[in-house]
Amino acid sequence: MSSDNAKQSIPYTVPIGPVHPALKEPVMFTFQMEGEVVRSVDFAPGNTHRGIEWMGMRRNPVQIVHLTDRICGICGIVHSLSFARAVEQIAEIEVPPRADYIRIIMHEFERIQSHLLWAGVAAHELGFDSLFYLAWRVREQSMDLIENITGNRVNYAIVQIGGVRRDISDDQRPLIEQGLAYYRGLLDQMKNVFLDDSTIRMRCRDHGLLSYRDAQLLCAVGPTARASGLAMDVRHDYPYCAYGDLDVRPVLPPAEFGGPKGDVYDRIIVRLLEIAQSIDIIQQCLDNLPAGEILWEKKLPKLLLTLKKAQGEAIGRVEAPRGECMHYVRMDGNDAPATWKVKASSYSNLMSWIPMLKGEQLADIPIIVASIDPCMSCTDRVAVVQDGSAGYLTKDELTRLSHEKTRRLIQCR
Amino acid sequence: MNETPHLTPREVIDLYKAEFGAGILDARITERGEGVHKTKGYNIWIRLDKNLLRPAIKKLMDIRFPHFAVIAGNDLGDEIELLYILSVFYGTKFGEYMVTFGIRLSKADLTVPTITDLIPGALLSEREKQEFFGITVTDIPDGRRLFLPNDFPQGVYPWRKDETGIKPEMVRELWTIDRPKDRPVPPVPEKKPVPEEPAAEGTEKKKGGAVE
Repeated sequence: MSSDNAKQSIPYTVPIGPVHPALKEPVMFTFQMEGEVVRSVDFAPGNTHRGIEWMGMRRNPVQIVHLTDRICGICGIVHSLSFARAVEQIAEIEVPPRADYIRIIMHEFERIQSHLLWAGVAAHELGFDSLFYLAWRVREQSMDLIENITGNRVNYAIVQIGGVRRDISDDQRPLIEQGLAYYRGLLDQMKNVFLDDSTIRMRCRDHGLLSYRDAQLLCAVGPTARASGLAMDVRHDYPYCAYGDLDVRPVLPPAEFGGPKGDVYDRIIVRLLEIAQSIDIIQQCLDNLPAGEILWEKKLPKLLLTLKKAQGEAIGRVEAPRGECMHYVRMDGNDAPATWKVKASSYSNLMSWIPMLKGEQLADIPIIVASIDPCMSCTDRVAVVQDGSAGYLTKDELTRLSHEKTRRLIQCR
Repeated sequence: MNETPHLTPREVIDLYKAEFGAGILDARITERGEGVHKTKGYNIWIRLDKNLLRPAIKKLMDIRFPHFAVIAGNDLGDEIELLYILSVFYGTKFGEYMVTFGIRLSKADLTVPTITDLIPGALLSEREKQEFFGITVTDIPDGRRLFLPNDFPQGVYPWRKDETGIKPEMVRELWTIDRPKDRPVPPVPEKKPVPEEPAAEGTEKKKGGAVE
């Protein structure tokens, strides 16, 4: 409360970022604050824009597939799958059914590890570090299986244009089954610790609200949209890979938890239930895994020649853990595509922050921002200046505020 | 709002042709089936007159409120083509279609009306197209740069393929960049570079990883 500046007025401008309290990725926020309450929000991504599309437009599709692996460290498969599917449509390449099933198995393991990673981060934002360690410990099982199938923990490099680069052998199946059984046994415990905890409910219920209409108008996707009641899931709406053979329904917050309200709590519910759904999908894929080839063409020069001749445009679209991921590709008979546009799921979800954060408290910012599971590498940070001075609130301080709020609520120090 | 029942892709195109007539320059459907059952997914591509973009999106909103995905763009030489990629009928089992509206802007007049009053979520995509293609979105509520840093040169548009695109001197070839000179001396002395072996006759010096 400085008395020397007569012009100082409410609201205060509070910049947070670019290094973010909830994420290890940069995005710059500017909040207009009235005391503890957020009046309006502005954000500026772009700190991790690496011009990948520009690089891609100078490389051939087989090189780009490996570039797409590196768009995001968590969504290791969704970008390569979207891109490959777009190119396959242009070049009229038919993917062997076995490859489609292996793609889905990997796709769902990625969803499990991504949702568990998010659950851990969310627990940390609330100050539940024991839960954070539990979630990440449990996540390791899926990471180990991913490593077993692809050879890598990140940057899987399993998708190739026309199929997948590694098969699932009969020796690997018992290991995958064991992993699925491990998660089945843990689901009730995870639901219990996340959903039956009164403090999590206090911090998350009715916070970060996104109405059905706002989700629609702001083009939200994935669990963010579903938590607001929008029944949209690419796996259910638009058949791709093996999903056309399966029955996948969009997971909405069930009525027993109060129905879709569109708050942070609903986003936790949706993600936890989706882990259970992913386990079922992987099991179905394993049970019905067709025999046969895994690649349309093994010889790379032949594949490249086909791709060089290909002309046309197509959209490759998949349901990433965070929502719809889409690549538009246009090829005109050259080595490199004429156009490559990547639309990651967070690209669609960022606008939802504006209604979610309005009217909320400073200490609620970390969990609300994290609740859409934003991925800045895919789309492309938070610093708080109080009283217009250059006093930045660092990640640690903001997280501390969030932890203090949790402790106040549970009345312990 | 009274909703139209679920339509086939052909019926969607017929609706557009009936309403906009010659304004529809090209309309086609592409389909793709994958997996064992090859269940089909459909994409609708409609190329139309630039002035019909907003009415076309309004029409789609009347059919069923669409999901707006992104605006993609192609530099075609004298023109820039913008592709508004949306999807309609989400929530229907295997009944969602991608609907893409393509419009062409002459490089002499790179203006396009905003659609953010219809679908506010399109704002980020419109801002991105302004900075990457050098187009002007009229009545855009927020015309700032989105991804490009403030010190990025004005008048350079990364996705253009003409003289306003990325200039060769802006591209840093990683393999030509030496180690930074302003760093402290490393605790372990740097290895001396291995002297280059004389190249065999007829072999060219290896180029970088890019195609070009």
